[in-house]
Amino acid sequence: MTIAYLALLTAMLTTATPLVLAALGEVITERAGILNLGIEGTMYVGAFTGFLGAELFGSAWWGLLIAIVAGVLAGLLMAVLTVTLGVNQHVAGIGTTLLLIAACDFTSRLKYGGGTLPQIPKFGQLFADVPVASQFLLTYVTFLVIVPAAWYALRATGMGLKLGAVGENPEAADAAGISVARVRYAALAIGGALMAMGGAFLSLAMLGSFTLNITNGRGWVAIALVIFARWRVWPAVAGGLLFAAVDALQLQLVVTPEFAAVPREVMIALPYLVVIIALAVSGRNLRYPGAYLQPYRRT
Amino acid sequence: MSMRLVLRGREPRWLAPVLVLVAVVIVYLLTAGPIRGAGANPQAAYQRYIVTPLTQTTSLTEVVLAAIPILFTGLAVAVAFRSGYWNIGAEGQFLAGAIGATAPGLYLPNLPGPLAIPLALVAGALAGVLWSLVPALLRTRYRIDEVVTTLLLNPVALLLVQGLLNGPWRNSTSGFPVSNNLGAGYRMPLAIPGSRVHLGVVIAAVLAIAIWLVMSRTATGLRARAVGLSPDAARFSGISVRKTLLRSALISGAIAGLGGADQVLGVGHKLSQEVSSSYGYTGIVVATLGALTAGGVVLVALLLGDITVGAQNASLVLQLPPQMGEIVSSLLMLAVISMLVLRRYKVSWRRDRSGALAAADAPGGGGAAGPPGPPGSVSAAQSHDPASALPSMTASTAAPDSVSRAVSPPASAADIASPGAPSSSKTPLEQQLSTPDATVGTPGEEETV
Repeated sequence: MTIAYLALLTAMLTTATPLVLAALGEVITERAGILNLGIEGTMYVGAFTGFLGAELFGSAWWGLLIAIVAGVLAGLLMAVLTVTLGVNQHVAGIGTTLLLIAACDFTSRLKYGGGTLPQIPKFGQLFADVPVASQFLLTYVTFLVIVPAAWYALRATGMGLKLGAVGENPEAADAAGISVARVRYAALAIGGALMAMGGAFLSLAMLGSFTLNITNGRGWVAIALVIFARWRVWPAVAGGLLFAAVDALQLQLVVTPEFAAVPREVMIALPYLVVIIALAVSGRNLRYPGAYLQPYRRT
Repeated sequence: MSMRLVLRGREPRWLAPVLVLVAVVIVYLLTAGPIRGAGANPQAAYQRYIVTPLTQTTSLTEVVLAAIPILFTGLAVAVAFRSGYWNIGAEGQFLAGAIGATAPGLYLPNLPGPLAIPLALVAGALAGVLWSLVPALLRTRYRIDEVVTTLLLNPVALLLVQGLLNGPWRNSTSGFPVSNNLGAGYRMPLAIPGSRVHLGVVIAAVLAIAIWLVMSRTATGLRARAVGLSPDAARFSGISVRKTLLRSALISGAIAGLGGADQVLGVGHKLSQEVSSSYGYTGIVVATLGALTAGGVVLVALLLGDITVGAQNASLVLQLPPQMGEIVSSLLMLAVISMLVLRRYKVSWRRDRSGALAAADAPGGGGAAGPPGPPGSVSAAQSHDPASALPSMTASTAAPDSVSRAVSPPASAADIASPGAPSSSKTPLEQQLSTPDATVGTPGEEETV
C-alpha cells in the first residue's frame, strides 16, 4: 500500500480551509462568552449566498463578498437573540441553523426548481502544477493572513483583550467601561463572517456550484475543534489539519485494494470518530470561559 | 434617551399568551414577503398550512401521522433538556432506533406480530440508548460537552444507515439502497382503520402521560428538574447529579430510538435513508415550543404535523416550496422564545441605572432575599416568576468555574442568569422548588423517599 504523501498534504490543506475559518469564527464568539450553534447554518448561508452572488454577478469575488455580508447578518441575528434578548444559546443556535438552512433550500428550490444547479465561475488554483503549493488563494489567505492576524488580535490588541474580558467576567469588563453588548455583537459579526467565508469556500472554490446539504456537518466539526483547541487559535488550526488529514487519507485508502473490503461509509465516518476520540482524550475537565453561555444584563 | 429592559417583579397572567400571539404575528409578517416573492398570497398560504389539513378526515389523519415521529423526538429532547442535559443527538438516536428495529425484522422475519412488534420496539429503544451512551458517559465522567459529541454522532448514524443499505441490507431484488420489506409480523397495526395512522400514536400518547406523571409526581422527576434548575443546589441537597444526568440522557436516547423503531414498523416497513427527515432536530423545536412539558410537546407536535401536511399541500397547489414549513416552524420557535423573555421585563425609556433597585424592590422579591449584591437579588426576585420550563435564558447561579458552566438549567425559577455571581450566592433549593412548578415538596422529604 502506497500513500501519495504529496497529494495527501495538498488535499489536507484544501479540506482544512473551511474548517479552520469556521473554527476561528467560533473561537472568537466563544471567547466572548457566546456558544454559536448557528455555525452550521451560517456556513450553509455562506455557501449558498456565495454561489448566488457568483452566479448573479459572474465573479467568484462578488460571491465571496456577498457571503461575508450574509455571514455578518447571520451573526447579528444570533446577537439579537443571545445578547440583547438573552435567549438560551443552545436553542437560539439550533433554531438559527434550522431557519437559515430552510431559507437557503427554499430560495434554491424557488429559483432553480428541483433540478441540478448551474456551475458558477469558481476560484482558480495558484501554482497549479506545483504539488502542495497548488492551492486556492483563499487557502493561502486563511493560513498566512487570517490565522496569524486572529492570533495576534486576540492576544495583543485592545479588541482581543476586551473580548476575553467580556467572556470571562462581564461585570468587571462593564465596570471598566467596556460595552459588553457591543463587544459581543462585534464578536458574533466577525465570527459569522469567518464561518460564512468557510462555507463560501465550499461552493466557490471546492465545488464550483451548490448542492443541498453542502456543509454536511462541518460546522459541528468546527465546534468540536474549538473545544479540542481550548479556545486557542493555533491548536484549532492544528485540529482542523488533523481532521482534514484523516479525511484526505480515507479518500486515498478507499481506492486501495487493502481497504476495498471496508465499506465506504465507515471510511467517511472515520474523521468524525477521530474528533470524538480526540475530545475524549484531551477534552476532560476543561476550564470554559467564565461567562460561557451566560447572558449579561446590568442589574 | 435609551431603551432598557428592567426586571419585572410579578408577571401579569395575560402577558404570556399575548406575547405568544405577538410572536405569531411577527412570524406571519416575516414570512409574508418570501411567500409573496414565491408568487403566492400569504393569507391563502397560511390557510393551507393551518386550516386546510384539518378540514378533511384523510388529511386530518395525515396530520396525526406526521406528528408521531416528532412527538417521540420532542419528548426525548424535553426529558433531556429538563434536567439540563443538552442532547442535540435525537436525530442520531432516532436513526439508531430505526436500525435496531430493522435488524430483527430482517433476520427473524417469521415471528408472529405479538412477539415481533415488542421485540423490534425494544431493539430500537436499546439501539437509541446505545447511541446516547458514549456522549452520556463522556459527559458524566469527564465533563466533556455533550452538545458536541451528540451532534457529531448524528452524521455518523446516517452513515451507518447508508453503509448497511449499501452493504448487507441492500435490497435483494431491486438492488437499490433500501432494505427488504420486514416480515409480515412487523407491520404495526393501524390505530384508525382506513387511514395510515398506526398504533405508534397510542405508544407515544402513553409515553407522554408516563413522562408527565414521572416528571410531576415522583421523586425521580423532582430530582431531574432540580438538577436542571441548578446542578449545584441539587448536589448541595444530596442529589447525585451524575446519576440523574446519566439517567435522563439514556431515557432520552431510548425515547428517540423508540421513535425511529416506530417509524420503521408503522410507516416504511423497511429501512431507507429517508427514514428521518430531520425529526431529531425538529424535536428540539417541538420540545422548546412545548415548554419542555409532555402536554406542550403533544400540542406542538400536532401543530407542526399540521404545518407539515399543509406545506406539502401548498407545494402542490400553490407551487410554494415545502421548505416554507420548516421556515415557519423554526421562526416560530425563535420568535416565541424571544417574546417570552420579554415577559420578565418591562421596557424602560429612561437613561438611568436604577435597574438593580427595580429588581430588588419588586413585589415579593424582597421576601426571598438572596445574598447581597445585585446578581443575588435578581435571582431572588425571579423565583417568584410563575413556572414555565421554557429555556429562555441560560442561568447558573453558581460559581463561574468549569464545574458550573456545563449544565445550564433550562428552567424557570433560576432563569435569569446571575453571571459570575460568587459561589456563596447559590439560591437555596427550597426557594427554587417553592415555585408553583414544584409539586412534590421540599428536598428534605424528597431524600427520604
